[in-house]
Amino acid sequence: MWSRQWRFLWPPTLLVAVLLLAWQGVAALSVRNPQVLPTPGAVLSAGWGQRTVLWQNTMTTLRETLLGFALSLVVSWLLATAMDFSGPIRRAVYPLLVVSQTLPIIVIAPVFVIWFGFGLMPKLLLVALATFFPLAASLSAGFAAADGDAMRLLRSMGASRWQAFVKVRVPGALPYFFTGLRVAITYAVGGAVFAEYAGSINGLGIYIQQMQDGFRTDLVFASVAVIALLSVALFASTFVLERMVTPWRRHDSAQNSTRNSDRSSTRDSERKGQHEWRR
Amino acid sequence: MDVRGLTQSFPGPDRNTIEVLAGVDLAVRAGEFAALIGPSGSGKSSLFNVIAGLDRPTGGEVLIDGRAAIGHNDLVSYMPQKDLLFPWRTVVANAALGLEVQGVDRKQARARVAGLFEEFGLGGFERAYPAQLSGGMRQRAALLRTVAMDRPVLLLDEPFGALDSLTRTQMQLWLAGMCERFNWTVLLVTHDIREAVFLADTVHVLSARPATVTARIEVPFGRPRTAATFRLGEFAELEQAVLEALGGQGGQGAEGGQGEGEGEGGNR
Repeated sequence: MWSRQWRFLWPPTLLVAVLLLAWQGVAALSVRNPQVLPTPGAVLSAGWGQRTVLWQNTMTTLRETLLGFALSLVVSWLLATAMDFSGPIRRAVYPLLVVSQTLPIIVIAPVFVIWFGFGLMPKLLLVALATFFPLAASLSAGFAAADGDAMRLLRSMGASRWQAFVKVRVPGALPYFFTGLRVAITYAVGGAVFAEYAGSINGLGIYIQQMQDGFRTDLVFASVAVIALLSVALFASTFVLERMVTPWRRHDSAQNSTRNSDRSSTRDSERKGQHEWRR
Repeated sequence: MDVRGLTQSFPGPDRNTIEVLAGVDLAVRAGEFAALIGPSGSGKSSLFNVIAGLDRPTGGEVLIDGRAAIGHNDLVSYMPQKDLLFPWRTVVANAALGLEVQGVDRKQARARVAGLFEEFGLGGFERAYPAQLSGGMRQRAALLRTVAMDRPVLLLDEPFGALDSLTRTQMQLWLAGMCERFNWTVLLVTHDIREAVFLADTVHVLSARPATVTARIEVPFGRPRTAATFRLGEFAELEQAVLEALGGQGGQGAEGGQGEGEGEGGNR
């Protein structure tokens, strides 16, 4: 059990350790100016010293992130469902989805602040804007990937379109959805921070700006580290959620060992392929 | 089940129409096991889609129990080539899907199909996921789902085409036994002459496209059919007769058992 987790954990741990060491070396021996590049140790102790303030700002940012992401989830499910049921809606909306992804947040963020003020609203909207496209696009692709023969089977059973959607298209789309979810969640924290950066009272974004103005580079780095940790934690939580929502996928691996492999699925063979190429 | 003068065509490339069925006649008595065999691309799937009520033909009629069945998808239950068990549903939930879709309460539907699990050699696997079953068991579960809908006619579309030949033979023996017990009315599409002769009461031979039924061969063997049936002298003669009925039209891919799945007739 532990040895298995260790196998996944040691390569990133080692890499991070090497990078930190290199940073320490450059900062302490070459740059030697903490306002330009503080050492990792200095960042850690400065961050620890300001832990209460950092914590408060982190909670603000986290709340904006989660609320904005929830908004994004609701809208993307509704829209992907509408797109699945109606060709015209799909053709009308899809280009706009793409456009929504190409809008530069740097430009949008101040505009949203002008429109909606310094409160929660512009943050929610920016997080939603940043995360919406991967969610809706992956869901939409997942719905569309439903096996045509499976749909015919449901039709022959007398299923309505809605029944076929709920019983086949939605569960079949979940693996796609979680892929999109993982992409989207990495944008979410960044979206919230950007929105704060453009104008707010609390949050890591505005905190970073203040620390920059005060040449507290160590605290800027500490905040960035918190943002990174937050993103990684949210990213990891998608795997927990996926395991809870798709319990059947745990049994996929049993397929290789216990079955005469007369019809191993594509995913199976992909995994076998990975296995051969690993190391 | 009575299929009379069924014609079907689809728009093809260059504004041509592709004629797939050119007047197919097919009669299956209640309790009869009929096999339909024909070269690849002879329009078996198109025929199936019409009988299953999924497509409308350009002409002809289908009667089931004396009722017009065209456009009605509640008279036959259809078992596709792929087992199409959904990986996110347990075996019992997969088997109950047809009933659930028809509005039977979920618990009731599952209780009803669970009663059939022993008969289908799936006892103890109710809560398993399809990924945990062997190929033969998956096929039995798919048949269970088909049968559970309790409709007058079963349409089986090459149900054993994807199995290895040992498992396939076991499944054929098993299916013969099940049919004798339950007296289903079955229309089986197959590429496998041996399978057709072993399982069926009548073998209907389809011509190449545009398809008509060119031969109807009675299989005189009584029931039960067992492994000994394969060794009967007439068995080889009947296989030969079916092969000749097929051979006259130069259809390739009709010899036993490749079970090629793609490219049937007007399948989109």
